[in-house]
Amino acid sequence: MQSSDIIVTHSVGLHARPAAEFVKTAGKFPCNITVCNLTTAGKSVNAKSILSVLTLGIQQGHIVHIETDGEQETEALKALKDLIENNFGEGS
Amino acid sequence: MRILQGIAVSSGIAIGPCWIYRPAEVRMERRTIDDPTSELCRLENAVDEGRQQLSTLHSRAITSIGAEDAAIFEAHQLFLDDPEFIGAMRSSIQNNHINAEAAVAEVSEIFANQMLALEDEYFQARAQDIRDVSRRILYCLNGITLDQFILKQPSIILADDLTPSDTMQFERKMILGLCTRRGGPTSHTAILARSLAVPAAVNVPFELSTLNDGTDVILDGSTGTLTCDPGKEELAVSRQNQAKWNNTWKSQLSSAGNPAQTRDGRVVEIVANIGGVEDARQAVEFGAEGVGLLRTEFLYLDFGRLPTEEEQAAIYREIFQVMGSRPVVVRTLDIGGDKQVDYLDLQQESNPFLGWRAIRMMREHPDMLLTQMRALLKAASPENDLRIMVPMVSCLEEVLQARELFNEAKESLRRENLLTAEQTQFGIMVEIPSAALIIEHLTELVDFFSIGTNDLTQYTLAVDRTNERVAYLASPFHPAVLQLIARTIQKAHEIGKWVGLCGEMAGDPLATPLLLGLGLDEFSMAPSSIPAVKALIRKLDAEECKQVAELALRQPSITKVQNVLDGWHSRLS
Repeated sequence: MQSSDIIVTHSVGLHARPAAEFVKTAGKFPCNITVCNLTTAGKSVNAKSILSVLTLGIQQGHIVHIETDGEQETEALKALKDLIENNFGEGS
Repeated sequence: MRILQGIAVSSGIAIGPCWIYRPAEVRMERRTIDDPTSELCRLENAVDEGRQQLSTLHSRAITSIGAEDAAIFEAHQLFLDDPEFIGAMRSSIQNNHINAEAAVAEVSEIFANQMLALEDEYFQARAQDIRDVSRRILYCLNGITLDQFILKQPSIILADDLTPSDTMQFERKMILGLCTRRGGPTSHTAILARSLAVPAAVNVPFELSTLNDGTDVILDGSTGTLTCDPGKEELAVSRQNQAKWNNTWKSQLSSAGNPAQTRDGRVVEIVANIGGVEDARQAVEFGAEGVGLLRTEFLYLDFGRLPTEEEQAAIYREIFQVMGSRPVVVRTLDIGGDKQVDYLDLQQESNPFLGWRAIRMMREHPDMLLTQMRALLKAASPENDLRIMVPMVSCLEEVLQARELFNEAKESLRRENLLTAEQTQFGIMVEIPSAALIIEHLTELVDFFSIGTNDLTQYTLAVDRTNERVAYLASPFHPAVLQLIARTIQKAHEIGKWVGLCGEMAGDPLATPLLLGLGLDEFSMAPSSIPAVKALIRKLDAEECKQVAELALRQPSITKVQNVLDGWHSRLS
């Protein structure tokens, strides 16, 4: 199992397009992936589920905790981390 | 012939056969089943079919309305790929031994209710999306295809209500107009109709059962009327009006980018009332020379908590970038007990419009206004022309305190090296009669005034404009309101301050010569009104307008004022 805490800097947080990109990226990997919002101290949810990710209410400046477990867990974590840190490909 | 009155939401006239949207009924009985495997298989096929439909619709929508608005279909596809959502349906079939329809409906309701419980407009809309996707799966389970949306001829679409995906399933070239029984000016149908540029009216009281597909109707999106069973004469008149409207709109729009200069050379500023970045783009397209009123309430409503300085700045920055060097007047938070915003400590009041709202919150929460002003000033680049105004001012002390906060916001940013804005102004809204009556004591403290005629009318005449029984009394053409407007402009000009007006009156052609005659510097209106008002101003003579204004100011009643202005208009054309 691997995990990482990342700050979300996108202006809409993890909603709308960023949320979609996040879930699509998570969906490409076979391992289990969970995400939770450390800032609001909410529950952990399935990162491949758009509806679950939306309900986390992740906004700009919030810190998320991502856990990957299983096949390709390292690659999955790196891909999600890169996505968030590169501001979902929109530049900063 | 029957004429039904609704709410006008997208201008233009449509004439043609009506097509009534009757969403297919799905048999929705809950059955216990013996063989979950075959139900699971049905669900799988329906979800696949739904995915294909959405993919077709997505590519169609990209060409008709652009990638940004088409994204809704992509989002719906993600819902169908959601392992929790679809997984819950599967478990429900397996564990409860129920039919696929029941599982889809029950699981969707659970997810939709979870979203609704989050009490944020954003999540309310997602709940709608869930129901929309659920309906698509139910249709696919019952073999109902996209065919129900295929129109054989261009038509005026009549519906009880339309969901975001409903509207976009129709081919653009088949939509002459949109008309719904439900919905308000900010409903989805309204927004979409404006971006598709088709005439539309909402809240039109028609009976679906009394209308037949294919019969001719007339939809006037400028007045909000639907004419059923029109006679030959009515049709002919409407066709003429339609041609006239189309020509006028085209010519007005083509010259909307030019300044609004009267025949004798007076130039006034024509700007837009907006509530977000989408409006800003449309405003520029329709010839706005800036923004005269940026409403900021949406920020506080959307976030479900106090938006931080950075969050606000990011959104303001987007709007400022669209407007470039054009002036942008921003109204600070204008909210009160008529809205429910839990974190703001707004209480239910018996008179919310006379209560704790807008600038009055500053006494207890100066930080809130300071944060907003800092966010605005921080977001502005040297190129931008930012003007901040505070709403609902009734006395001198409020202006003093707000001005102090404005200065403090600038000072603190300067100390932190975060102030890049070079052109900034501070102003107040004149919408309470007391402010208009002490205006000479306020002129030194501000750079400009903006008259909010909707509230000024409501407060001067003691008329709740949302109360239908007394709404007829609420006219900005009441002589008392006109006196206050005239006084504000005169006193402000005496000391060299400029005056704008951002109520509905600014976009009303009947009021244009009057306001011009009173010396108004800036007219701020809905983006779609701009081309027409600009065209009208070019036909006017400022000196003549002064005489009209003087005559209007001497009238004793609303009717007499309107008669003077009507007379002037008919002489003009």
